[in-house]
Amino acid sequence: MNRIKELFKKKKKDILNVYFTAGYPKLDDTVRIATNLTHCGVDLIELGMPYSDPLADGFTIQQSSMKALKNGMSLDLLFDQVKEFRKSHETPIILMGYLNQVIQYGQEKFLDKCVQIGIDGLILPDLPMDIFQNEFKKDLEERDIAFSFLITPQTSDERILLADQLSTGFVYVVSQSSITGKTGDISTTQQAYFDHINKMNLSTPALIGFGIHDKSTYEVACSNSNGAIIGSAFIRALDGEKTINDKVKSFVHSIR
Amino acid sequence: MISEEIQYQLMEKEDREFPDYIVACVGGGSNAAGAYYHYLNDERVKLIAVEAAGLGIDSGESAATSILGSPGIIHGSRTLLMQTEDGQIVEPYSISAGLDYPGIGPMHANLIKSGRAKVYSSTDGEALEAAMFLSKKEGIIPALETAHALGVLEKMDIKEEDVVVVNLSGRGDKDLETYMNYMEGKIGHRISDNQE
Ligand SMILES: Cc1ncc(COP(=O)(O)O)c(C=O)c1O
Repeated sequence: MNRIKELFKKKKKDILNVYFTAGYPKLDDTVRIATNLTHCGVDLIELGMPYSDPLADGFTIQQSSMKALKNGMSLDLLFDQVKEFRKSHETPIILMGYLNQVIQYGQEKFLDKCVQIGIDGLILPDLPMDIFQNEFKKDLEERDIAFSFLITPQTSDERILLADQLSTGFVYVVSQSSITGKTGDISTTQQAYFDHINKMNLSTPALIGFGIHDKSTYEVACSNSNGAIIGSAFIRALDGEKTINDKVKSFVHSIR
Repeated sequence: MISEEIQYQLMEKEDREFPDYIVACVGGGSNAAGAYYHYLNDERVKLIAVEAAGLGIDSGESAATSILGSPGIIHGSRTLLMQTEDGQIVEPYSISAGLDYPGIGPMHANLIKSGRAKVYSSTDGEALEAAMFLSKKEGIIPALETAHALGVLEKMDIKEEDVVVVNLSGRGDKDLETYMNYMEGKIGHRISDNQE
């Protein structure tokens, strides 16, 4: 069974999904970071496929993506790294990236590769819903690959319901109308938006991401949904002198 | 809509509403889209799209998307874009900021692929020369982007009696520093000559 679906079956609260860019800071850090995250008990790993034009991402992820590409990161390398990780770990893995990457790799080839090496889900923020329905849904269902749509404070209720219906695994609740990487506390406007989503009683689990960067914002996210996604703050924590192992551990322990 | 204005002005000056050619530079494609609009289905009018060749189409420093690009997704559109095999978007180059774009509007990609519009390109040098020419000839200093459209007139097979509209998408005030550097020989002198 799909590891993401399995996870949400077993666990309903305080799910921690950590995002990082594959091939950053060093080309061969991907497996090291994923392994440490797993040792720290992180529930889900969201692996960024570095892209030249990451439309949804702020400065931190733009920079980590550029660095990863400079390091020589490619999709084939990423698949090799996940394969390596899968030899010893079952943590669910989601690939996050952009539609053009999938299309240029070849949609079927890409999805087959995901199944083959044990990738459980996909997030492609620039894949429109109608194209998803007409050109992707069946291919994903056949392969049991989960897909998460993003909703934001600008998303209409009608579209939120459609995102709920089309998403498998979880709905990605973008915490504010912005790109990734903001820091700051959760505002009353954001709280009202979370309340609104909760009143809608979505059938798919929800994770809150974008701007979740420390223990306090993590806890707010968890109290308003099934858990949280942390990306930029984690990538910033990978800076500095300590070993990758130490940096990952101290970051995750600062969160929970 | 600029194409409506073209109809109006042509009626006044040429006693007909349509030209034989409309020439417009294409970055993302907005000024060309406006210039073509009323004539899209009028086969009497030949649509000419001019891209920025930068230092030359095969120089690695170019923004000629319709020639160097391939189908993919950029900024929410399925269209032609300059990209690597992996789908990473390639940084384009043109002396004009406005044509320095790795994609092209999907309408134009379609017009070009279907043969409705014909593509030409101007190098940095050809655009600069054309900007000088129009400035001297008519006292109009065009934007560098616009100068690319003017830069292809000599390459086109235009007959004496043809009515040609070049869409002047912008003024050159913003580009005076570049033009002055060019006149002083500091940049791009006759880049086009080195290309051939
Ligand atoms: C004067 C001028 N012309 C043309 C363009 C190119 O854009 P588009 O192809 O969308 O008209 C620009 C872009 O900035 C511009 O400033």
